[in-house]
Amino acid sequence: MPVQNLDEESSAWLRRLSADSRDRAAAERDLHAKLVRIALAEVRRRQSRTPVAGPELDDLAYQAAADAMLAILAKLGDFRGESRFTTWAYRFVILEVSGKLGRHYWRNPPVALDAAQWERLPDRLGLDPERHAEAAGILAEVRRVVDEELTSHQRRVFIAIVVDGIPLDALAAELGVRRNAVYKVIFDARRKIRRALAANGYLAEPGREQR
Amino acid sequence: MSESRKLEEFLRTDPRDVGCDDALAVLHVYVDLVAAGQDAAGRYPGIAAHLAACGPCGEDFTGLLLAVTGA
Repeated sequence: MPVQNLDEESSAWLRRLSADSRDRAAAERDLHAKLVRIALAEVRRRQSRTPVAGPELDDLAYQAAADAMLAILAKLGDFRGESRFTTWAYRFVILEVSGKLGRHYWRNPPVALDAAQWERLPDRLGLDPERHAEAAGILAEVRRVVDEELTSHQRRVFIAIVVDGIPLDALAAELGVRRNAVYKVIFDARRKIRRALAANGYLAEPGREQR
Repeated sequence: MSESRKLEEFLRTDPRDVGCDDALAVLHVYVDLVAAGQDAAGRYPGIAAHLAACGPCGEDFTGLLLAVTGA
């Protein structure tokens, strides 16, 4: 399907990167340079939230740019002009950075999988037993839902993400599943916990919980 | 009701939330609308709901927006 109504810059990128372009090598160098710049900026923006650091972080950025470049060239025919070409292309490198940070997390993880640090749950949920009279009841109900209403897989995901604070992308990488699969488990767990807390009078109103 | 705001935010789910796969599939379109000052959330309420709730997708949105705006 031909791409129509493109802005001038996007048209130029497609023209330069086309297979029969004499300017293709230069265009690939130009695009790669942009991807490297963006990847480096992105890993530095996220560095306070990842155990990956130092030269490994820069290496990760260069790898992300290289892999994004390959994906962009392989999928050039998929570009439909729904956005500017550069926005479409930069999406690849941003997602590569996310995926690689998730996988690299396990090289030096601050928390092991299945650590089950339940003592941290009050802080994770912002509950202080000294300030919230019902905190103990809320925490017990959360624990009951996790133990009794979640499947073993759902329970493992919930404990890793919510109790142990493992980054969602890191858990997805470790389990070999997509980010969406982990998100959906947490989404459903939140609905179940909300229903249980409302049924026991800890929440004044159920709110929106249908999906 | 004495639960904390953090707990309330954690438990809040939006039925319009489209999930990660659908949000990431059009992230470039959504970001271009935001960068152009258009009503991206109005046009894609399910994407907006998801980006507000999902930390990793929200990070990707912020990173891509910064990349295209050069900020």
